[in-house]
Amino acid sequence: MSAITSPAAGTRDRRDPFRATPLTKIGLGVTLVLSIFPIYWMIIIASRTNSDAVDVPPPLLPGGNLGENVRRVLATEDAHFLAGLLNSLVVTSAVTVSVVVISTFAGFAFARLRFRGRNLLLGSILLTMMVPLQQMGVVPLYQLMVELGWVGSLKAVILPYLLNGFGVFMMTQYTEQAVPEELVEAARVDGASTLRVWWNVILPAVRPGMAVLALQTFMLNWNEFMWPLIVLTPENPTVQVSISFLTAAHSTDYVLIFTGTALSVLPLVVVFLAFGRQIVGGLMEGAVKA
Amino acid sequence: MSVNTQTRRAGPAPPEPRPRAPRLTWSRFDVKAAPYLLISPYFLLFAVFGLFPLVFTLWVSLRDYGLAGGEATFTGLDNYAALLSDADFWNAVVNTVGIFALATVPQLLLALLLANALNKRLRGRLLLRLGVLVPLVTSVVAVAIVFTQLYGRDYGMVNWLLDVLGLDRHIDWQSARWSSWTAIATMVDWRWTGYNAIIYLAAMQTIPRQLYEAAAIDGASGRRQFWSITLPMIRPTVLFTVFVSTIGGLTLFAEPVMFAGNRMDGGTTGQFQTIAMYIVEQGFRNFDYGYAAAAAWLLFVLILLGVGLNYTLARRIGGSR
Repeated sequence: MSAITSPAAGTRDRRDPFRATPLTKIGLGVTLVLSIFPIYWMIIIASRTNSDAVDVPPPLLPGGNLGENVRRVLATEDAHFLAGLLNSLVVTSAVTVSVVVISTFAGFAFARLRFRGRNLLLGSILLTMMVPLQQMGVVPLYQLMVELGWVGSLKAVILPYLLNGFGVFMMTQYTEQAVPEELVEAARVDGASTLRVWWNVILPAVRPGMAVLALQTFMLNWNEFMWPLIVLTPENPTVQVSISFLTAAHSTDYVLIFTGTALSVLPLVVVFLAFGRQIVGGLMEGAVKA
Repeated sequence: MSVNTQTRRAGPAPPEPRPRAPRLTWSRFDVKAAPYLLISPYFLLFAVFGLFPLVFTLWVSLRDYGLAGGEATFTGLDNYAALLSDADFWNAVVNTVGIFALATVPQLLLALLLANALNKRLRGRLLLRLGVLVPLVTSVVAVAIVFTQLYGRDYGMVNWLLDVLGLDRHIDWQSARWSSWTAIATMVDWRWTGYNAIIYLAAMQTIPRQLYEAAAIDGASGRRQFWSITLPMIRPTVLFTVFVSTIGGLTLFAEPVMFAGNRMDGGTTGQFQTIAMYIVEQGFRNFDYGYAAAAAWLLFVLILLGVGLNYTLARRIGGSR
């Protein structure tokens, strides 16, 4: 969208602050190539053989070995790749659904209900978002899991990740913006209970926000590495842990490692291709409000 | 018909017309208690998985606490004192701060440039935005594996390219401090620059266009407009990204772990061992919980320092313009 509409002479055009210079276009082109190349290259190597992988100059076109490589990854015993993939799906889905529900509830309360201590509680959430719980909490959380007998169980990976201050904060912002105060009041006048207001008024209005939160939670959780590595057993890993075992045990089998890595990224690529537009839109919306 | 005015006014509102029917008592209870019920799941989780670990970490850090025996003798600040005179810990601190600086400064500057470019009139805008976000879709582990390969000594593409350009080849990227830091910093930047650019872009799009038009009529160049209009207007967003990347940078873990071949030592002489790796090494390889917990609290202090320092710095830079 051009701010200057007149298709006028060159001088005027040069003053258009939103004109893209050739340099800009070249820079963007280079950035795009750099962004995509490592992933492209990962897939190329995943479709080739080990001798191709160390070729000089490096191969840039796909080979015909993808199927065979995938079979090898799935057959590698010490990686438990299929289990890892399934575990990641279970963990990520459970966390995503729960975080979205918890955040939508809390966001509704913080944005559209009045209660004592509201500002203080919301402020405390913001404050705790600064604490690096990943590192600070790792020792006691492990101890807690030992006490509960949950070491090696998926529960140990799911439950701590349900604590998501960002989600509550985001849904508070979103509810404030998407649900007019009058709408809630009107429902109240009609005698609707809080739960009914949530179901009939809030939920339909904040659905896009929930979708964005779900996507972000899914992507972040799929990539979690440190905590699953610590608390799960090698026989029952998540997919990121699987890859790290693949790497450790077969450090010279590049093709195997790359194929496993490509497989681990696949679900995210699918999500990205399906919902890319929403991800961009959601990120931009969230950023403006931050 | 009863009109429930309670949702309208906050806090200690003037006394409400007293309802009498039991149904209204229920609705009164609903209005009073429901908010707390709605936020309770978060705060319950916080108590168990947030507050408890923090307090417990502090408790453990004051003790000689091993995994096997479970014996915990109170040692006061011994762990902290030992850490502060532990060369390996300081090595990890230097590495973490060094990699953080090496990664974050170029990352945010590049993101600003990229956002400014994406803010121009372009064909295929959505495609370009999706393109710069592609790295976000990959996992840290995947990025680290691919980049470790790219930075390989003998068959790595980076060394090959350097050779093609007629430069020194066969750099052993893992072996030296500067080269391993560079390699890890590029992994971080590759993954997050596009993300920050999209965040900046969002902020840039809220700047009124008339500002630019007026500046252009006054003869301000594109560069001048960027420094005098764009940057000051998006300063809150820049502060936000500085804040987020400080926390991310100081807790760096997966990239250097994978770069070290899934080990915690960060290379033969610990040349790229970060604090997070050090904590895991102490707690889960050497099973010295108390020591690891003390290191975790020192990391927290470092983060507070880092956030504070960067915040002041970024504020000043934006403000002087």
